[in-house]
Amino acid sequence: MSAADTTTPAKVPPPRQAPPPGPPPRPRRPASAKGGTATPWLLLAPCLLILAGVMGYPLVRLVTLSFQKFGQSQLWGFQEPESVGFANFSKVLSDGDFWQVVLRTIGFTVGAVVFTMVLGMLIALLLQRVSGWVKTLINIALVASWGMPVIVATTVFKWLFDADYGILNALVSKLPGVDLIGHNWFASGPEGLAVIMLLVVWGAVPFVVITLSAGLTQVPAELEEAARLDGAGSWGVFRYVTLPVLKPVIVMLTTLSVIWDMGVFPQVFVMRNGHPEAQFQLLTTYSYDRAFVVNDYAQGSAIALITVVLLLGVVAVYMRQMLKIGEVE
Amino acid sequence: MTSTASPARRTSKAGWNILGLLVFATAGFPVYWMLDTAIKPAKDAIDPDPSLLPTGFTLDNFSRAFDIADFWGPVGRSLIVSLSVVLIGVVVGMLAALAISRFAFRGRKIVIVGILAVQMVPLVAMIIPVFLLLNDLHQYDKLTGLIITYLTFILPFTVWTLRGFIVNIPRELEEAAMVDGCSRTGAFIRVVFPLLAPGMVATSVYGFIQAWNEYLYALMLLSQENQTATVWLGNFTTKHGTEYAPMMAGATMMAVPIVVLFLLVQRKMAAGLTAGAVKG
Repeated sequence: MSAADTTTPAKVPPPRQAPPPGPPPRPRRPASAKGGTATPWLLLAPCLLILAGVMGYPLVRLVTLSFQKFGQSQLWGFQEPESVGFANFSKVLSDGDFWQVVLRTIGFTVGAVVFTMVLGMLIALLLQRVSGWVKTLINIALVASWGMPVIVATTVFKWLFDADYGILNALVSKLPGVDLIGHNWFASGPEGLAVIMLLVVWGAVPFVVITLSAGLTQVPAELEEAARLDGAGSWGVFRYVTLPVLKPVIVMLTTLSVIWDMGVFPQVFVMRNGHPEAQFQLLTTYSYDRAFVVNDYAQGSAIALITVVLLLGVVAVYMRQMLKIGEVE
Repeated sequence: MTSTASPARRTSKAGWNILGLLVFATAGFPVYWMLDTAIKPAKDAIDPDPSLLPTGFTLDNFSRAFDIADFWGPVGRSLIVSLSVVLIGVVVGMLAALAISRFAFRGRKIVIVGILAVQMVPLVAMIIPVFLLLNDLHQYDKLTGLIITYLTFILPFTVWTLRGFIVNIPRELEEAAMVDGCSRTGAFIRVVFPLLAPGMVATSVYGFIQAWNEYLYALMLLSQENQTATVWLGNFTTKHGTEYAPMMAGATMMAVPIVVLFLLVQRKMAAGLTAGAVKG
């Protein structure tokens, strides 16, 4: 990777001291170009045009759809879509099933994110304490699971947890007093969703571990040493030295994980063979179900829009963090 | 390193190592089990009390996988889509990344926020309007429709990642070239571009993987006859149950090339993605 090394100039070493307390220093604006203001916009034009077309327009359409009546007959053009005001929303919001789905989605997301972050942090800390060869082994396993296509991982987990021939039931049943032979993990919603959560966490942990490991190398050893001399235990050092340094990374990873885990779809969809039962529905599958199974595109759009609005707060936190980071140049 | 360590230190190290090996075994097991099932003779693969170790080596499951559904058609379509998306994404993304990393202009911050925000909208939420839009444009069940759609998530990714790589190239190099008589464009082509090449390759490969792995849009926007490789994996589940051994063979064929590609660029990408993340 000698070519790669040239991209990290020796002139700009990463700062190794702890971030200064208080607000970060004001970022330096990029030097103005002589080309006037037209050049950057010309460079941006293709990108902005494409995004406006493939993202902006559908987003607007999503909002307008939510306020219309749009079903099978509108899709085929037999009827014009008519405006119905907030009817779709009131229908969705007064539906008991919908609130169950919301609660289930929040529970699933919180569970998956906490599980991912805690496990990721623990493994990252463990990597600092093991011998080199163990570290290499763990890294291989992590990168392999990270690189697995989601669909492949889902089919593999389906196989691992299969009721009759799955290795998991066979292995666990070897423990004394446990008999899970023929146990169907997908007979109940909570158990099945726990399996899906495990699948999501398994796929998400590697990115968290690798990012946090990179972050841990930035924690100044002198600070840890000083904390230890002041009588802090391992937990104290972690709590008062490591965590504050890692905070921006942790905020970024947590918000990203929330966004990703709220958007879980193929995992549920493929696990349940394309027809998730009621107790497996999350907001994403529920919106899909309304639109493409019941053919009520307007209601599906309303649910999708509510999902996006729910995520906005999380996105705002992520953006603030990214801007802080992105502007430090 | 360990030669000077005290015995107590060494036992604690051994303890951590055992824990580390447990993590390795747990994280790696699903991958191992996929490969193991794929090469096992069918009767050993479907066994209520399966052996944890390989019981033999056969390629029967692979040939069964080819028989169940056409494999090369979907793979060809996935290749066309992924390569086209990456090509457009890297070229267009490069121009945009240059604009936001090397120019100061009014509205720059809004553009950055916009590009970041686009990445944050869950794809699933967009499927309904995208489906209707492609329906209106008569692009349903066409690869071009899928390529356009994939740009929604590939383009923000390429812009942001390439920006990260460009920012890491010191501006002084360009300035020096311009002092020596290069034009701005010349300086970019002769100085920045060569330094950027590894980052561009990594971004392309990673973008390719993302496009290749996408499932939902491929499933929704293409008909059964024109499915892509990820959707192909769904063929092993029928009304009569799931053909697990061939499915694991199919999964292996899908996963191995992608994981290898991923291994090649992962380090570079991790550095690019988190560049500056700790500098906050």
